Amino acid sequence: MKLFYEKIDTEETYEKKPEAEKLYCGGCGREMIAEVVHANDSICPYCGYLFRQPAYRRIEMIVDNGSFIEIERDAESKDPLSFPGYKTKIATEKSKSKVQEGVIIGKASIKGLRTAMAVMDSYFMMGSMGTVVGEKIVIITEFATLNKLPLIIFCASGGARMQEGIHSLLQMSRTTIALARHSAQKLLHINVLTHPTTGGVTASFAMQGDITIAEPGARIGFAGPRVIQQTVNDELPEGFQMSESLYEHGLIDRIVDRKDLRDTLADILALHCKESPRIPKLP
Amino acid sequence: MKDNVISLPGAVRQTDGDVKAWEKVKKARKENRPQTRDYIGKLFRGVFEVKGDRVYGDDESIVTAIAWFENWPVTIIGQQKGHTLEERMRCNFGMPNPEGYRKSMRALKQAEKFSRPVICFVDTPGAYPGVDAENRGQGLVIAEHLKTMATLRTPTISIIIGEGGSGGALALSLSDWLIMLDNSYFSVISPEGCASILFKDSSLAQQAAVNLKLTAEDLMRFKIVDSIIKEPENFDRYNMDECVSELRKEIRSALRRLTRVSPDRLVSQRHERYLEMRGL
Repeated sequence: MKLFYEKIDTEETYEKKPEAEKLYCGGCGREMIAEVVHANDSICPYCGYLFRQPAYRRIEMIVDNGSFIEIERDAESKDPLSFPGYKTKIATEKSKSKVQEGVIIGKASIKGLRTAMAVMDSYFMMGSMGTVVGEKIVIITEFATLNKLPLIIFCASGGARMQEGIHSLLQMSRTTIALARHSAQKLLHINVLTHPTTGGVTASFAMQGDITIAEPGARIGFAGPRVIQQTVNDELPEGFQMSESLYEHGLIDRIVDRKDLRDTLADILALHCKESPRIPKLP
Repeated sequence: MKDNVISLPGAVRQTDGDVKAWEKVKKARKENRPQTRDYIGKLFRGVFEVKGDRVYGDDESIVTAIAWFENWPVTIIGQQKGHTLEERMRCNFGMPNPEGYRKSMRALKQAEKFSRPVICFVDTPGAYPGVDAENRGQGLVIAEHLKTMATLRTPTISIIIGEGGSGGALALSLSDWLIMLDNSYFSVISPEGCASILFKDSSLAQQAAVNLKLTAEDLMRFKIVDSIIKEPENFDRYNMDECVSELRKEIRSALRRLTRVSPDRLVSQRHERYLEMRGL
């Protein structure tokens, strides 16, 4: 099983693969090759804009080399409502995003500290939460509870998955229950909110962590901006629903640059690790 | 609204049952349909209304109260849309702001403290999508409300009496016993919203209502709802006694069962019940 992508050289790829998938930078507008962007932690080399990061790339960037063991890799959505066009959509998304579903779960270590983790992949149907995403979050949470492990969830989601109707909505209740049990065992739950974290995910596990951190410039909110604009019938304020605005309103603990995430997570884990405490030396 | 749809790729042909789904959504939204305050007046005695979230303000779209249901002191939490224009504006058309959910959580905690059963009435198109609501943590309060209901050590009964719109309705539905009125609906998104996002045409809401499988019967089949209360012909706030007496029986029997269970068992049963709903 090949878990991680290989690092690739920037210039070379551009010449070799003119047909390669392109991305446009949301910051400077330049056209770039997706593969190259993602090899650079999905950060624009010109302006520092943060592209949405594929789940496996994210894991590679955060955990100790080779420490990640994936659980429930092959779980697939079942189309519980027989919703028109849904099965085809799933098949297309799978081949396009190269993941099986909107979240990857497993255990790993970060600077030697063991943790369970769930990483959502917004390249699969915008990370929307259906039965499989919900069930995988429940499974990893129960795994963490059973093994007395902390849990880190990287959130990236457009919200509940419409095509699974009420079953999607219920995942909010189910993940909440699993996390409440994890919390009752006095175990740590860290949320990392990335662009975008909205809808049913925001209104359930994304906002239930002990510690909530966010990447800069991520859209985080409950209702979508278009819906809000239609309701209030007015221009939305600048920076509305961005991580910086949530920080100002006291809804998250810290905004952390992508490059610093690994260090920050290791520090938070260490503060909650009773068995082998790593107390920083006095300056 | 188009009457005879449907040329959607892969869409199912319309049957009588399909027309019913949209009819039910329309009935669930009818202006004269009984709302939380109508049920409170008919089902409970000695009502003491609890106001305010103690943080920011009072949200009239969520009514919270302590009252007698027969011989049980209970806590009531219910979403109210309002009947007259003036009341509808005060109630923000039944779309709660964060302070509504905070008030509700306060009522839940009190119910737990005094071991009172909780009876929730769900009737909202959704939590309010506004700028201030977002800045005050709409997503966060719904998440916390869900957690509070998930871990509450006292019996909870939820009744969907009209619209069960998305997360804003779900927050009040995580309970030990879920009842739906025959012409209510419970859905992840409004049929109009679904139609405009997926079919790029909000006039196909009728079709979306079918596809979303949002009626009481559908939810009974999925084993999400525990019981359905039939509605008489011409059911409205002036003609609700028949329905109220059915509801009273249903609440009574649920309370009899649930109040016998120890809090530990109650919570773990509630957890198992939801964890089993895998939707597969």
